[in-house]
Amino acid sequence: MTDLALVTARGLDVKLAGRRVLRDVSLSLSSGHLVALVGPNGAGKTTLLRALAGLVPSDGTIHVRGDALSSLSLRERARRFAYLPQGHLVHWPLPARDIVALGRYPHGATDPARLTATDAEAVLRAMQAADVMEFSERRVTELSGGERSRVALARVLAVEAPVILADEPISSLDPRHQLDVMKTLRAAADRGALVIVVTHDLGLAARFADNVLVLSDGRLVSQGAAAEALSEQVMAEVFRISAYRAEYQREAVIVPWAEI
Amino acid sequence: MSIQNVMAPADIAARRRASVMAALVIVVVLLVLLSLGVGPVRLSPVSVIDALFGGGSDVQQVIVREIRLPRTILGLAIGAMLGLSGAAMQGLLRNPLAAPELFGAPQSAAFGAVLVIAFGLADVRSYALPVAAIIAAFASVFALLAIAGRNAGLLILILAGLAISSLAGAATALVMNLSSNPFVVLEIAFWLLGSLEDRSFRHVMLALPFIVAGAVMLLSQRHAFRALSLGEETAQSLGVDVGRLRLLVISGVALGVGGAVAVSGSIGFIGLVAPHLMRPLIGHDPTRLLVPSALTGSALLLAADIAVRMIPSTSDIKVGVLTSIIGVPFFLYLIMRERRALSGGVA
Repeated sequence: MTDLALVTARGLDVKLAGRRVLRDVSLSLSSGHLVALVGPNGAGKTTLLRALAGLVPSDGTIHVRGDALSSLSLRERARRFAYLPQGHLVHWPLPARDIVALGRYPHGATDPARLTATDAEAVLRAMQAADVMEFSERRVTELSGGERSRVALARVLAVEAPVILADEPISSLDPRHQLDVMKTLRAAADRGALVIVVTHDLGLAARFADNVLVLSDGRLVSQGAAAEALSEQVMAEVFRISAYRAEYQREAVIVPWAEI
Repeated sequence: MSIQNVMAPADIAARRRASVMAALVIVVVLLVLLSLGVGPVRLSPVSVIDALFGGGSDVQQVIVREIRLPRTILGLAIGAMLGLSGAAMQGLLRNPLAAPELFGAPQSAAFGAVLVIAFGLADVRSYALPVAAIIAAFASVFALLAIAGRNAGLLILILAGLAISSLAGAATALVMNLSSNPFVVLEIAFWLLGSLEDRSFRHVMLALPFIVAGAVMLLSQRHAFRALSLGEETAQSLGVDVGRLRLLVISGVALGVGGAVAVSGSIGFIGLVAPHLMRPLIGHDPTRLLVPSALTGSALLLAADIAVRMIPSTSDIKVGVLTSIIGVPFFLYLIMRERRALSGGVA
């Protein structure tokens, strides 16, 4: 029963300020998969992620593990969807460990100084997985961009939610850190989570994702394994570019090459 | 690395916070004793405690229990409410410059009270005054929410709050402007300066329920402030009902500060300064700042109220004037000292 869908959406429609940002999006995604959500700027990728997390009102239905999203309390939603927004904003100079511990907030762990053994272990696992142990006591505002993105990632992993929604987690990172973050998310998927990553990096999407969803103008226009989902036709019609395509170590390689 | 090792620094920080809290409680208790002892008749802390529990002469008992005790309780409660409101507002807006004054509740409360004085409906010692102030504070919050809408962002709330506080200030000025009786104008002007003088247990009974209710509302949301450090959307994704949080915080501030302003007039800058004093000792965690800021607010207002009784001058110095005169330069000093941390705070 591994094919049983963890998250399904049917006829998802979102209007923001009178504009239809998502049009009739339907999808069905399974646990243990890393899904890359790609598309040009303004295609509705972030909105789809926020709709799945219940952060924007939407028409249509979303089910997670068979339960309608609208029937779940805020806290129950928060336990099922761990949401990593763009920018990794932290307004106060708090220690990194306290930020990671906020990942246990949906589980009722409101005070990072008084975690239960279960919560403390989850925080520890998340900090190890995201490799933030060495600066866990430092204030997040004193960290470099790469370090801060790992703290944000650890916070999301600490939720230990069945679904992780990551909005452009690798933009503004150097190649080494990009690989780091993608590998960490890949490992979370391999441990059984459904990981949905919004990204503009088609190469890393092809390299790490089991499944690529292509959004264009609010519509889901293509999905499947990277090589098929990002076919020459899709690249031309959606992204208006051509790409160099190859295979390396049995993974699809897609490098954006020229605009058309 | 084990769990113990990861959590050890947190324990050290928790112990330090506990000792800061203990020190604050001791300071507040000492200031309470001092406040009960200072005045035209000076009493030692020993005779204060004696009189408090029914000992000493009849005169001493009247002085301590009926004249100075209400004043001290009000200083304690109003200072705590101002400090707590400041910390809550700064947590809600994720902005170290936020203060209760921002949403216009204190200014509106002052306007409500001034209206009552100007129409001669009551003098500054009657029940009508606090009731009018609290009604006006509520009206201002209601107007704020109506103008800004239920799902308004912070920018809209701040702009609407600015408009409402300006309107309340202008309306207060208009009432004074139109008043034909110079004595009434003088009475209003002095009342607006803020004072705890000559307050009785009637004032305590009127203000305290509102202050307690407001404080309970703010403290009930304490954990959400930490989650809010990550921004409203992320807090929402962690299970915080941000709309409800905002409503509760604004209402709590209106209730508590409205009740406070009604009996004391306007006392500025304690709400702004108290959280800043605590950040170097407690850290920037908005949840942990709430109670220490309340204690600091109490200490500041009690100290200021003791000072106005000790400073020799021909006419009484109002405590609201003193808190502003000392508070503003001190706040400027804090801004300069924390300039780097503050600009780094919004990363």
